[in-house]
Amino acid sequence: MSEQKIIKPYLRLSGLEPLILTPQTNFVNIGERTNITGSKEFARLILAENYDAGVAVARQQVENGAQVIDINMDEGMLDGEAAMKKFINLISAEPDIAKVPVMVDSSKWSVIEAGLKCLQGKGIVNSISLKEGEEKFIAVAKKVRRYGAAVVVMAFDEKGQADTFERKIEVCKRSYDILTRVVKFPAHDIIFDPNILTVATGMEEHNNYANDFIRATKWIKENLPHAKVSGGISNISFSFRGNNAVREAMHSAFLYHAIKAGLDMGIVNAGMIEVYDEINKELLELVEDVLLNRRSDSTERLIQYADRIKSKGKVIERDEAWRDAPVEERLRHALVKGIVEYIDVDIEEARVKLGRPLLVIEGPLMDGMNVVGDLFGAGKMFLPQVVKSARVMKKAVAYLNPFMEAEKNSVTEAKAVGKILMATVKGDVHDIGKNIVGVVLACNSYKIVDLGVMVSCEKILEAAVREKADIIGLSGLITPSLDEMVHVAKEMERQGFKIPLLIGGATTSRIHTAVKVAPEYSGTVVHVLDASRGVPVVGNLLKDETKEAYTQKIKKEYNELRETHLGKRRDKNFVSLSFAREQKLKVDFKNHEATKPSFIGNKVFTDFPLQEVRDFIDWTPFFQAWELAGKYPAILTDNVVGKEATKLFNDANQLLDKIIAEKMLSANAVVGFYPAETVNDDDVIIYDDEARTQVKEKFCFVRQQNQKAATESYYSLADFIAPKETGAGDYLGFFACTAGIGIEKWIAHFEKDHDDYNSILIKALADRLAEAFTEYLHKYVRTQLWGYAKNESLTNEELIKEKYQGIRPAPGYPACPDHTEKKKLFTLLDAEKTTGIQLTENFAMYPASSVSGFYFFHPESKYFGVGKIEKDQVEDYAKRKNMSIDVIEKWLSQNLAYNSL
Amino acid sequence: MKNKTEQLRKILDRRIMIIDGAMGTMIQQYKLSEEDYRGERFKSHESSLRGCNDLLSLTQPHIIEEIHKKYLEAGADIIETNTFNSTSISMADYHLEHLAYELNVASAKIARKAADDFTAKNPDKPRFVAGALGPTSKTASISPDVNDPGYRAISFDELVKAYSEEVRGLIDGGADIIIVETIFDTLNSKAALYSIMEYFDDNNIELPLMISGTITDASGRTLSGQTTEAFYNSVVHSNPISIGLNCALGADLMRPYIEEMSNVAACYVSAYPNAGLPNEMGEYDESPEHMASIIKSFAEAGFLNIVGGCCGTTPAHIKAIAETVKNITPRKLPVLAE
Repeated sequence: MSEQKIIKPYLRLSGLEPLILTPQTNFVNIGERTNITGSKEFARLILAENYDAGVAVARQQVENGAQVIDINMDEGMLDGEAAMKKFINLISAEPDIAKVPVMVDSSKWSVIEAGLKCLQGKGIVNSISLKEGEEKFIAVAKKVRRYGAAVVVMAFDEKGQADTFERKIEVCKRSYDILTRVVKFPAHDIIFDPNILTVATGMEEHNNYANDFIRATKWIKENLPHAKVSGGISNISFSFRGNNAVREAMHSAFLYHAIKAGLDMGIVNAGMIEVYDEINKELLELVEDVLLNRRSDSTERLIQYADRIKSKGKVIERDEAWRDAPVEERLRHALVKGIVEYIDVDIEEARVKLGRPLLVIEGPLMDGMNVVGDLFGAGKMFLPQVVKSARVMKKAVAYLNPFMEAEKNSVTEAKAVGKILMATVKGDVHDIGKNIVGVVLACNSYKIVDLGVMVSCEKILEAAVREKADIIGLSGLITPSLDEMVHVAKEMERQGFKIPLLIGGATTSRIHTAVKVAPEYSGTVVHVLDASRGVPVVGNLLKDETKEAYTQKIKKEYNELRETHLGKRRDKNFVSLSFAREQKLKVDFKNHEATKPSFIGNKVFTDFPLQEVRDFIDWTPFFQAWELAGKYPAILTDNVVGKEATKLFNDANQLLDKIIAEKMLSANAVVGFYPAETVNDDDVIIYDDEARTQVKEKFCFVRQQNQKAATESYYSLADFIAPKETGAGDYLGFFACTAGIGIEKWIAHFEKDHDDYNSILIKALADRLAEAFTEYLHKYVRTQLWGYAKNESLTNEELIKEKYQGIRPAPGYPACPDHTEKKKLFTLLDAEKTTGIQLTENFAMYPASSVSGFYFFHPESKYFGVGKIEKDQVEDYAKRKNMSIDVIEKWLSQNLAYNSL
Repeated sequence: MKNKTEQLRKILDRRIMIIDGAMGTMIQQYKLSEEDYRGERFKSHESSLRGCNDLLSLTQPHIIEEIHKKYLEAGADIIETNTFNSTSISMADYHLEHLAYELNVASAKIARKAADDFTAKNPDKPRFVAGALGPTSKTASISPDVNDPGYRAISFDELVKAYSEEVRGLIDGGADIIIVETIFDTLNSKAALYSIMEYFDDNNIELPLMISGTITDASGRTLSGQTTEAFYNSVVHSNPISIGLNCALGADLMRPYIEEMSNVAACYVSAYPNAGLPNEMGEYDESPEHMASIIKSFAEAGFLNIVGGCCGTTPAHIKAIAETVKNITPRKLPVLAE
């Protein structure tokens, strides 16, 4: 049961984030530097069409604390509506700016309206008034309401600008009544601007302007419920233009008194306000005399004072200002910002200054990397930035190395806080994630020994002994790697290892580590989800003060996981294989006769132009590889990671341009079509010829057995191919393709330059290109080579969402989890020879940026996961494949519904 | 017309009202073919129409009516018209932009008839038709072109034009309520609200207005980047009877944002989450019981006035939810005071 809430009539604004003015809210400062009438600099930029720099001005304002930004494009030379629209659209794409509400400022309603049409948040209109009479005022106010903005009402009417206290309150009261009674404008959305007018002009009638404003503010707050008061603060001091010291003092003093009277917000240059308490006492008295109109000669006295003092302009920080800092600071800056340009110069300077290369590493470089580590841990830096920092670090160390050699002092070895041995296990070639973890750990002063990919258990353990590793980290992506990891754990136990074992990689999971790996090894086994978790895990495992407690905690956690998992296991029900086959998917082959492919046999594509496949890239997984979460393209404008994602995206596209222009990678593929039919429910036989006399190969599929609702079917890929007895004359397609031929050379090239960033980048891009190539080929197959969907027209997004007819499942993936079928596919396509893709002993493809699979054309075919299967199917499958049950259990270990021993 | 608002307020103060579940999920179960979508009238239409669910209001009206009836049977007080994409903007994807007005009238009529049948059977439980305005297929505050962040694929004025036509169709077809829903981009919804407010002013009527935004993921923001409260502040000027969230998240993940909405909203609060998150096969598989149990905790915490389901939910979900919240006191409408 809930209490009844009280909602108060506050002014509630928003950009991407809310801004609510409550009685506790201090004065809200509205940035004025994006006002073309007030900022010469901004005017110059916009007139020169330099909108990027204009956006930077807006960002700087928000960074400097503006809570709302005022945007004004009133300039004779400018199409105000177009400029307003363009500028607001641009800042809307910048979360750092768009988080605050916008004040759309113009003397022209059409320009204000153009701005309102671009604002998703609740902004403020600046301004409307009774200047052109009630009718116009009402019409415009109604529109403001429909656009959902708050409104600044100027104290202006048919007679002109209200300058005295009496006129100000008269006009404000009249405006308020019309708005609240006629337009039904919410009172809390009304903000009065009772005109801040320039004082100390030498004209006596101006002397009371500040006082009048302050009194009017007080009256409005007391007499017009919920209405707010705002004003343009710098107007007050116009007569002292050029003398910032006096102006700043006037602004602060004026604000001090106006805020006390109830001023809620104002347009200010946050850089032009002095702290009230720090205003020189003599100046303050003179200024307050002027503002509060306390003496008849106050203006004269302030002018005399102003002439005596020199204005101290404030220096705006240049981008390169960091170059002026001491060398230690510069190194830290370069590390945090990932700037390599000056690293050699700075390192040399530091080396000379500190005397020994070791001291440079232990001092400024380590300090810098600690800052990087802290920022990363706190989520204030993102992976691509950290990798760039690491690149700076590596360059720095590389520069120092010869000097250290000369000192005959192997520093990194001695000073490392721990040594981590890493490897991608036997039969697997995927190492992007492992490399990232390595880089991040290296940044945190761990010594990394990376054994590379396809490393056998023996080599790993031998190296661990030789290198006296403190921790072993195993990585892998394909499912057989999970077993290989279990094998390594068993071997570690047998050989009496004690050091911790870390498990990572895309198919690994905490549950698998707890259930399958950890029980095999009495040392500590920890699953590491991603690079950012790697550091604390390793830290906890190696530090004496945390080691024991952490190890116990992990063991306990994994024990519990294991128990719940085993508990759950028993709850699941499975149906017998024969029942599952009876309930197989009944596919309609009669009404969907297979189109005859344009050829039978194989067709090879060598050195395929990558430019053609580029448009097919699905970028979302690319960002995932870098541990940036979010969907492309939204990720580019994401509040948290948008900036880094954009940078990464630009870098990637640059490299991609180069890859294509300089043919750094080559792409090959082979596609084959064969007459096919299903026999014995789950096997598909392939013929060499249309006459279907020569059986060429038999592919074996696995069927779902996890119990489902009574009306549902148990799937096997074989269901999508017409059974022999239907005589429907079906076909099955096959493919293998790669975009990674030649990549080793480039990886070596980048690594030689200590450039992990580009090394990881090119691998990630090669992966994307291989997937894009697959997408391209599949489309080509559907529309031409097989030609069953000649009229298909789908956007890239629709392709990514798999909206086309037919599927292309790959052996080793959920619909056909058995990797060994890949061997048959490769033989059929002669893929090693035609494409250059090699199969490892565990059936991983090398280069890693390769894809292979089947093409099913039937409109009812769809992706599914086989899930767990029972012993009866394993026995049947072993018989069909003519392999032993043990071997099948090994390859399908992730799919067993029972414990194999 | 003002009495519709009063009628709703009376019910909402007494109990949690039920809005229906997914239309698309139900249509999928009919496994309709291209020919079914086309019907006689669009037999030779230039582009494929399979998947154009809104068109079924013209080509397979009995299916849409049947789905409405299933939800009404399950206990829905409010059913939404089959008009999620019935703007000229979204319909242009199928080259059917000229049908926007007709589709809205037809969909509203189908829902009207279904609702009236049920109200006639049990006048103590009046049923309402909510004319639904979806987000359209374009976004007014996000550039689809990364290289040109200032570019927009659609303007506010174009949206206002399309939404005005939709609003007119829905009201001509007999909608009781207007609902602007699945708001990914607040600027799109502000254009919809502009159209609605303008229509109400010009025609001197006022229907109850419901607003439902979409928090897309655990970042707690809309696709266009707003937090829940920022979103609320951006749309509340339209004086809605209720505001809430739907789609993108399952009930469990929606909880913190519904709680936030319930804390800040001066009007009634609605929630119609998805049936969990899609599983690895892209299907929603949260069971009615499970979903209802989470919704129950929302209701007991006092967050809710209107509840139902979005993607993946079925009449079984709505029935389970309706039964679960039947005896739970609704969120009390906040008082507006100093």
